[in-house]
Amino acid sequence: MVGAGALLTPGFFENGPVRAALGVSFCAAMLSAMVGVFTIIRGQSFAGHALADVSSAGGAGAFLFGVNPLFGFLGLAVLGAGVLEMVGVQRARERDLATGVFLGAGLGVTALLLYFDVTMRSTSGAAISVMFGSMFAIPPGMVKLSLGLGAGAMVVMAMIHRPLLLCAAAPELAGVQGVNVRLIGFLHLLMLALAVTLSAMTIGAILSTALLIGPAAAALRLARRPGRAIGLAVVIGVAACWGGVWLAYDSYNWSGGHGWPVSFFIVTIIFTIYLASGLRRDRTMRV
Amino acid sequence: MFSGFMLNSWAAATMLAIVAGMVGFFVVIRGASFAAHALPLGTFPGAAAAGLAGVNPFWGLVGFALLGVAGISRLGRRQRADVATALTLITLLGVGTLCLSLSGQYAASAYALLFGQLLGVSRAALLPVGGICAGICALVLIFFRPLLLSAISPELAVARGVHAGRVELLFLALLGLATAMALPVVGALLVFSLLVGPPACARALTTRPGVAMALSVVIALVVIWAAIALSYESDWPIGFFVGALAAGAYGLGRAAAMMR
Repeated sequence: MVGAGALLTPGFFENGPVRAALGVSFCAAMLSAMVGVFTIIRGQSFAGHALADVSSAGGAGAFLFGVNPLFGFLGLAVLGAGVLEMVGVQRARERDLATGVFLGAGLGVTALLLYFDVTMRSTSGAAISVMFGSMFAIPPGMVKLSLGLGAGAMVVMAMIHRPLLLCAAAPELAGVQGVNVRLIGFLHLLMLALAVTLSAMTIGAILSTALLIGPAAAALRLARRPGRAIGLAVVIGVAACWGGVWLAYDSYNWSGGHGWPVSFFIVTIIFTIYLASGLRRDRTMRV
Repeated sequence: MFSGFMLNSWAAATMLAIVAGMVGFFVVIRGASFAAHALPLGTFPGAAAAGLAGVNPFWGLVGFALLGVAGISRLGRRQRADVATALTLITLLGVGTLCLSLSGQYAASAYALLFGQLLGVSRAALLPVGGICAGICALVLIFFRPLLLSAISPELAVARGVHAGRVELLFLALLGLATAMALPVVGALLVFSLLVGPPACARALTTRPGVAMALSVVIALVVIWAAIALSYESDWPIGFFVGALAAGAYGLGRAAAMMR
């Protein structure tokens, strides 16, 4: 451990904001990776991204009314999940269209709320922290709250993972076996909303898709069985987040006191792993 | 409302609505909403990147749009289309975050490029916007039939000798160009509303492709003109009005389709 400690930048673990960032990003990465595997299998990447973008209206609103941003993001994400469920068109094309129009309207509201943030409360940084996250500015009280939310969501995921897989693979069979396909679909959207909320707090609303889709896409290329894919996705997601936090913290030393953004490092790590996962599959297929 | 500096915005917005109405028609019939959302959003840091490289921001936007097109079509060969789109989007945004952060004008320029600003069009920028607009219109009219056929019936298109991959690439390139030109006016997030809302409404109202495309151009024009006027009067961001009006148009279209 001494060796590892010497490798890391001095004071890395003693730093309060860093600890908060590591804690919240751990929850966000873990939950996003789990939910992400199902999201890809069910072909709902766009819905996941749309929920994240729409939840930014909640983040902007929370800045305006001085509420804890976690509740702002969460409120709008859950509301969005409800709307997507109500739209509930079966044909994929029509579903994407309705999702898109809803997304556009939600972003319009975000634009308006951010405008009010700037004009009424003169918080000019609101747009940046809502859209791109503020990993090192997470209030300490938020860590416990997000740990609790993350743990709750993981329990729900563990409970519904079998019917969820069945619904994704063979909806008719699931219906025959007495699974309430619609309820399971809605629960999945709710968990998606939670995962996206936690990610929005850390790497920002528009980049939360990185934690949701990236690790899961890489894991699904490496593992054939869903259980293994979930485990692998969680490892990739958490590793990318923690690696990103460390690199961003370290970048203050070599970038001339400016510091490169955490989100950049996290996305770069995830994308590199994704590309590498493709290389490995090539080799196994040739053998 | 029609004074000198506003005239540029009116002109740019009109050209933009024509392009969005035409390209958006194919977005809707091909079911490419996610790509239509991801390309503008991934393109917006292009201006910051151009600032770092010291070139005209417009070319930065075009460059990032083309990168997005290449990413979506390249990754799409080995992945489901929606996953490929998501991966392209996050990669462009990740690089973009760095560019925005390094360029130093983080807060102000990010908001303007994401949500747009009315006065963002200079007289010098009008010329390339007009050129790209004319180019896109010409391409859409020339390739109208293969684009339509490959969207409605891929099998029939292949039988007629239409190359599916090339048509897809052409469609994405049109989308990317439209994006780069629309971005400075309405902003990344709401280019998308304009690409999806009006054509979706038009398609609900008529089944004839030519009429639907013309109708979607008309609706897009009404939406953006109304949004500019409302934004000018109320001082609220134009993005809000574009989003709300486009969603309203879609709602009306669906209601009208249900009544029939």
